[in-house]
Amino acid sequence: MAVTRNQIITWLEKTAVVLIDNKQYLTDLDSPIGDADHGINMARGFNKVMEKLPTVADQDIGNILKTVGMTLISSVGGASGPLYGTFYMRAGTAVMSKEELSNDDLYTMLQAGVEGVVQRGRAQAEDKTMYDAWSPALTALKAAIEAGDDTLTAIEKTVAAAEQGMKATIPLQARKGRASYLGERSIGHQDPGATSTHLILKALLHSVSN
Amino acid sequence: MKKLINAVDDVVREQLRGMAAAHPDLIKVQIDPHYVVRADAPVQGKVALVSGGGSGHEPMHGGFVGMGMLDGACPGEVFTSPTPDQMYECAKAVNGGAGVLFIVKNYTGDVLNFETAAELAHADGIQVQSILIDDDVAVKDSLYTAGRRGVGTTVLAEKIVGGAAEAGYNLEQCADLCRKVNSYGRSMGMALTSCTVPAAGKPTFSLGDNEMEIGIGIHGEPGQKRMEMRTADEITEMMALEIINDKAYSRTVREWDNENGAWVDRELVDEPFKSGDRVIAFVNSMGGTPVSELYAIYGKLAELCQANGLTIVRNLIGPYITSLEMQGFSITLLKADDEILRFWDAPVKTPGLRWGA
Repeated sequence: MAVTRNQIITWLEKTAVVLIDNKQYLTDLDSPIGDADHGINMARGFNKVMEKLPTVADQDIGNILKTVGMTLISSVGGASGPLYGTFYMRAGTAVMSKEELSNDDLYTMLQAGVEGVVQRGRAQAEDKTMYDAWSPALTALKAAIEAGDDTLTAIEKTVAAAEQGMKATIPLQARKGRASYLGERSIGHQDPGATSTHLILKALLHSVSN
Repeated sequence: MKKLINAVDDVVREQLRGMAAAHPDLIKVQIDPHYVVRADAPVQGKVALVSGGGSGHEPMHGGFVGMGMLDGACPGEVFTSPTPDQMYECAKAVNGGAGVLFIVKNYTGDVLNFETAAELAHADGIQVQSILIDDDVAVKDSLYTAGRRGVGTTVLAEKIVGGAAEAGYNLEQCADLCRKVNSYGRSMGMALTSCTVPAAGKPTFSLGDNEMEIGIGIHGEPGQKRMEMRTADEITEMMALEIINDKAYSRTVREWDNENGAWVDRELVDEPFKSGDRVIAFVNSMGGTPVSELYAIYGKLAELCQANGLTIVRNLIGPYITSLEMQGFSITLLKADDEILRFWDAPVKTPGLRWGA
């Protein structure tokens, strides 16, 4: 089973819906340890993505994702703009001219995106950032593919790992971004970036399971 | 939330329209992407200075565009960094052929967006240098945090390097001077109240009637510690001594290598103040604290500087780098040498700062 272009478009649409629905929740998570704008910024960015999407819907998956990346870079701002923008740009570059994705393509795509995030943000594991959700998600996806799981099962495991990674940010002390200035006071709060990452992967699962 | 706004989504745009209407002799305003440039931009043969950051810190940065200070400023949404396309378009609009210096406050969002913009401008053949301002002594270490934030010294750097660019400094010299000003400057801020981001609709944090937050940045984010209220003298002493006694601060920053078109790591060390230093003292309101209180603070600060062997040779007092309506203030001390004083005293003509012109 492969992931089709239509499923990628559905993924982006579902991502927009879930991020806009969770605008307040993400912003509330960002209030005690950040600057109370993560949900607002992501909602603004994905509203723009929804405007742009129809104009590129007939292009290949690589181009669609690159357009999403450029749109986020030029509309989100904050740290999440360049980070998620870079994610989609690199993910798109990794699957240029593809009309559907094999399981290996899917891994290559997500891994390239996450590599871009790490390069731009210089985050390491347990810094209490979105990388703490991405990293276990990638590991789980790779293991599932190697074990011969089908796409749906592999993505289910990916999402479960992302959720665990997201929850595991709660006891961490932040070492990157604005939350790092709080020192020990950042402990006990779930990282908003790891949370939006989990939502994005959950949207992927819903688009593939439909 | 009680604010003088029309629609939450329009606050930045409406502010820019008002600025354009108020100061057509000084600035030009571009909408979508948003940026402010000086009225006579691009100035041929002069290094162009560009800064930017979230809105809500007015008059910084848009109010510091004009002769002798910034050539361009990019306002983001309230407390949200602007985007690389704004910075890139702004850089193109102000580049007079001598290159563009980005002055970037060390906040993760600003840093990542300006990095992307520097890459775009470089790809377009524009000479770029990018200098980080990281002067907030409330952040003690750079190993386990994103490093010291860029606060009050930003205003002083924009003024001083702006004067130097006007006097004919080239891009390299402007970057060197900006790095020096940053390394000579130290700041610390505090809040009596939180502030409300219009789009969020409620205060970012809450403080009890008898509480204050010490060591805040400029985005309504919580600070270093929460304490019981004290007198103005006690608070001033606590903050001033933390600045004056701050030890050497070392960290690695990323700067743009114009020749090779790549980011390079640079080790920087800020030396502590020492007895006999001359300083520029800057007492800043976070927006809600009246000038009367700032003067009370300045009085105590002057006394403390003298007692510690520092001679205040210039000062700046007022709301220049604010956090919306937050009550609170910050202190910045900048060690001043002859080069810094020469360009501090040089004429400046912007909406927010004007002398000698």
